[in-house]
Amino acid sequence: MRRDRLIRSIVLHALLTPLALLFLAPIVWMIVAATLPNNEILAAPPTLTPGNALPQNWADLNDDLNFIRAVTNSVAISAIFTSVGVLIAAMSGYAFAKFRFAGRALLFTVVIGALTIPFEVRAIPQYLLVARDLGLSNTWWAIILPWLAYPLGVFFMRQNMLSIQTELLEAARIDGASEGRIFVQIVLPIMRPALAAVALVMFLFQWNDYFWPLLILTDKDAYTIPVALGTLVGLTRVSWGGIMVGTAIATIPFLLLFLWLQRFFIAGITAGAVKD
Amino acid sequence: MSSQAHASPPTTRRRRSTGRRLAPYFFVAPFFLLFAIFWVYPIAYSFVLSFINTRQRPWTFDWDFNWGRLIQDDFFWNALGNTMIILAVQVPLMLALATLLAVAFNSELLKLKGFYRFAFFAPLVLGAVPYSAVFRLVFNEQYGVLNYALESIGLGAVPWLYESTPALITIMIAMTWRWTGYNAVILLSGLQSIPLALYEAARIDGAGPFQQFFKITIPMLRPVLLFTFVLSTIGTLQLFTEPWLITTTGPGNATETLVTYLYKQGFRSFNFGYASAIAYTVALIAVIFSLLQIRLVGGREVER
Repeated sequence: MRRDRLIRSIVLHALLTPLALLFLAPIVWMIVAATLPNNEILAAPPTLTPGNALPQNWADLNDDLNFIRAVTNSVAISAIFTSVGVLIAAMSGYAFAKFRFAGRALLFTVVIGALTIPFEVRAIPQYLLVARDLGLSNTWWAIILPWLAYPLGVFFMRQNMLSIQTELLEAARIDGASEGRIFVQIVLPIMRPALAAVALVMFLFQWNDYFWPLLILTDKDAYTIPVALGTLVGLTRVSWGGIMVGTAIATIPFLLLFLWLQRFFIAGITAGAVKD
Repeated sequence: MSSQAHASPPTTRRRRSTGRRLAPYFFVAPFFLLFAIFWVYPIAYSFVLSFINTRQRPWTFDWDFNWGRLIQDDFFWNALGNTMIILAVQVPLMLALATLLAVAFNSELLKLKGFYRFAFFAPLVLGAVPYSAVFRLVFNEQYGVLNYALESIGLGAVPWLYESTPALITIMIAMTWRWTGYNAVILLSGLQSIPLALYEAARIDGAGPFQQFFKITIPMLRPVLLFTFVLSTIGTLQLFTEPWLITTTGPGNATETLVTYLYKQGFRSFNFGYASAIAYTVALIAVIFSLLQIRLVGGREVER
């Protein structure tokens, strides 16, 4: 029996390890290539150990575009989007979880339905609205506003807030606390882990979003990181070292964060997948 | 405001109840205000636009202008066909792989879980643009590491980006790399909610690992599998960045998808009416597939 388990375990690891290495390879290559001069990235055989061309690649990247500006835009947009969006999602989630009110079932169905609506259906009128009617082209708000009503966030917060004890809220009400105060001083503090998970997912979504920013950003100085990198990938003569530095900068913070906060990432991803 | 919608009995709490009755509306107001402007209005207007001839000024209503063109447009059918091929091939393969991975992760036989978790789940924090850039480099025909690796183990180089079928396969490999871990995470959480007693009972009855997998794991996992199926279907219908950046929708139009075509029509040719018709087609297919999959795979679960 024990030998049988040992053999099965060995087979499992023998199958999984090559696959795992294959999955890791693109990330490793991205990081290695960021440090190699262009001729070594494209050489046969390719150099597989880090080189010393990182400063040169960084310089190449900044020759082609204002990358620091793109990083600034991405950080600001993602941070504003996340802080405002999480608050809005938490407020709605709280109402859906802890209040009974006329229209609740219908409104919640709308939230769920919105999860399956492809963004493309909104893209064109949204472009006309934001660019033409509101005149927000190339601003941070042009990127932030269309996704600020983030249905997945509402759904996730609602699921988590179902577990808040109603007695706790009632006790505060009897003490004379206003509804707004209960939300800010009781609900938000005990929901901190769920807020962190949803914030992580929303931040990452906005950080990586490409289609909408590509539509609405025409000015180089307004580019986010994905749009900026996207313009480089399409060029015929490219500095791959520069692009890999850019992708590494866009990626490594989240890889480290993932190592550190896996629990929150996984909580955010599995939101709604399994019913309680 | 009348209190008839309220279920709670009128007691001494009445004085407090006004604030309490209005509070939920106050809490949902910001979301639904934004939702009305940035969701409801665009979705409705997009529908209207699909019946408007936007190729001339002023725009005129013409119910058949865009939809009539769509039916006869070979480029549209090509984009639809490519999207469907990817949907039919990549999604089932990826979900099968994700299911096996989830089972492996759920097994107590697996050691070094931290390493494997990082390897398979790390791609899910990568944005579409960064990973597409990496894949374009890796799959380069002359200089790519992949072809070098293939040649060094005796297999020939593949013209990944320069021939139709390899180009489609490239897109599918890229998507599989990016999304398998994501689906495995979801499936793993489903596996962990299967009662262990079921497996113990099966073992006592003499069921081997394979029987347990097909007789217990798969049936119990059905609702979660359905969820990943619907998610992947909707995601594939929206496929844009990978063909846009890795294969630049080529060679020819071999990796043109519905959304890359929509982008070209809407934002290269600025033909908003036609692009809206394509957008509604995407949404319509998404709805049909979701309903179909719920009917086919999840029939019983819905009633539960």
